[in-house]
Amino acid sequence: MFGENAKNVPESDVVFSSRVRLARNFNKYPFPFRMNEKQCIEVIEKVKDTVFSTSYAAAESFRFYDISRMEPIERQVMVEKHLISPDLAAKQTISGVIISKDEDISIMINEEDHLRIQCLHRGMQLNRAWENCKRLDTMLEEKIDFAYDSSFGYLTCCPTNVGTGMRASVMLHLPALVMTGYIKEILDACSKLNVAVRGIYGEKSDASGNMFQISNQITLGLTEEEIISNITNISSQIIQQERTLRAELYRQNSYRFEDRVFRSYGLISNARILSSEETMKLLSDVRLGVDMGIIKDIDIDTLDELMDITQPANLQKITGRSLSASERDIKRAELIRDRLRQRPKTKG
Amino acid sequence: MLCQLCQKRVATVHFTQIVNNNKVEMYLCEKCANEKGHTNFISPLSLGDFLSGFLSKDIGDSYIAAPNVHTVCDVCGMSFNDFQSTGKIGCSNCYKVFGDRLKPIIKRLHGNVEHTGKVPSGFSRRIMETTKEIEKLKEDLNRAIQAEEYEKAALLRDKIKELENRPSGQ
Repeated sequence: MFGENAKNVPESDVVFSSRVRLARNFNKYPFPFRMNEKQCIEVIEKVKDTVFSTSYAAAESFRFYDISRMEPIERQVMVEKHLISPDLAAKQTISGVIISKDEDISIMINEEDHLRIQCLHRGMQLNRAWENCKRLDTMLEEKIDFAYDSSFGYLTCCPTNVGTGMRASVMLHLPALVMTGYIKEILDACSKLNVAVRGIYGEKSDASGNMFQISNQITLGLTEEEIISNITNISSQIIQQERTLRAELYRQNSYRFEDRVFRSYGLISNARILSSEETMKLLSDVRLGVDMGIIKDIDIDTLDELMDITQPANLQKITGRSLSASERDIKRAELIRDRLRQRPKTKG
Repeated sequence: MLCQLCQKRVATVHFTQIVNNNKVEMYLCEKCANEKGHTNFISPLSLGDFLSGFLSKDIGDSYIAAPNVHTVCDVCGMSFNDFQSTGKIGCSNCYKVFGDRLKPIIKRLHGNVEHTGKVPSGFSRRIMETTKEIEKLKEDLNRAIQAEEYEKAALLRDKIKELENRPSGQ
């Protein structure tokens, strides 16, 4: 996903990323939680064979990872990069994931369903994510007999995913809505519209760093295009609100606004100890400053990178050894200082 | 310390029961405690609880008396009870076996029970092939009737019936 440059990406001042996920299952095997080891292995082999025989595989440089052979810390790194779900990382049974080189496409195998195809892009690009998922799905169904019913649609382990099997979501950065408290109205409206709002790592996570994930709850009875259209529309309204509030907050007291943003910038560039919670909060402020053109000498790409690589498991991977919480906090601050000093200054 | 029942796993549950001034204490591992039914009194609601809640609200008493409560899917062995406690379905065949009981739950979840989105290309191909086969058999049936080959016609008629009644998803 970091292959894409934030400047060329739509709505990147509020939309961090868009994601489309399709759930698919083999017709002839029980769903993952009822498969024995032999069947798990067979499913993985079939998926690998099918994926790697497509022309797509070469173009995207897919790579297979055997989750059951990976260390917990390696799995956690993948979760932090949004490549696999926390559920897959926690699996004790045989499962795997296929990931593209750009890390924008991932296919989880034997999570809750046999296959979870996911496409992730910067900014607001749900249509593009859907096109990629659709292409992959169509290629796979030529060789794999998917569980499907003409009434219920694609059959899934959990009835909440049945039908299109599609979860379309956008990750929005909403500091102004949080600051003014209007976020509560947004959350209420979303639940009335059958739209789920979650934190940055999906189910069961908190909204840290003012990041909110909006996704559809209904998967049956709507076409895929309708689902995307709904999420896009709702997101657009939220984006509009956020931008209006940002401008308004600035207009009301530009010195206070800039002070807050620059204080956070100062802190994050110079602190020696930073917890991940504090980092998310500071990055949110700095991001706001960059989005609004107040802070001019960093680019969004650096901030996005910092957000992901300063997560706990990632830090340990970069350092090359396991770290205690306080060691991580020191390392995190160091990493951020170094990266912020390194980045070339952007023009204007 | 080890579980008093299985002697294999570490005891994490301390169970104390006082009945008529008789005190019984047991130290069990989580697995044995679950099996004996001595779990937390306040267990968090599972998705299965919610989903089965949908079912009882919509169907009412008529389903409690259903004669086929012990039906089990012949592919994966899941019973409807299993689904109610876990909220998960066992395999694609379960949707056929328990379709009627699942329909109200799915309707509650999505507000709809008809899929309108993408269809697997293999599936639409199968539908087309079946339709063509039925048409051909009907032609053969007409010819058999005209040739007064009634036995043959009867066989064809039965085959057509079977194909037409084949549940969607085959």
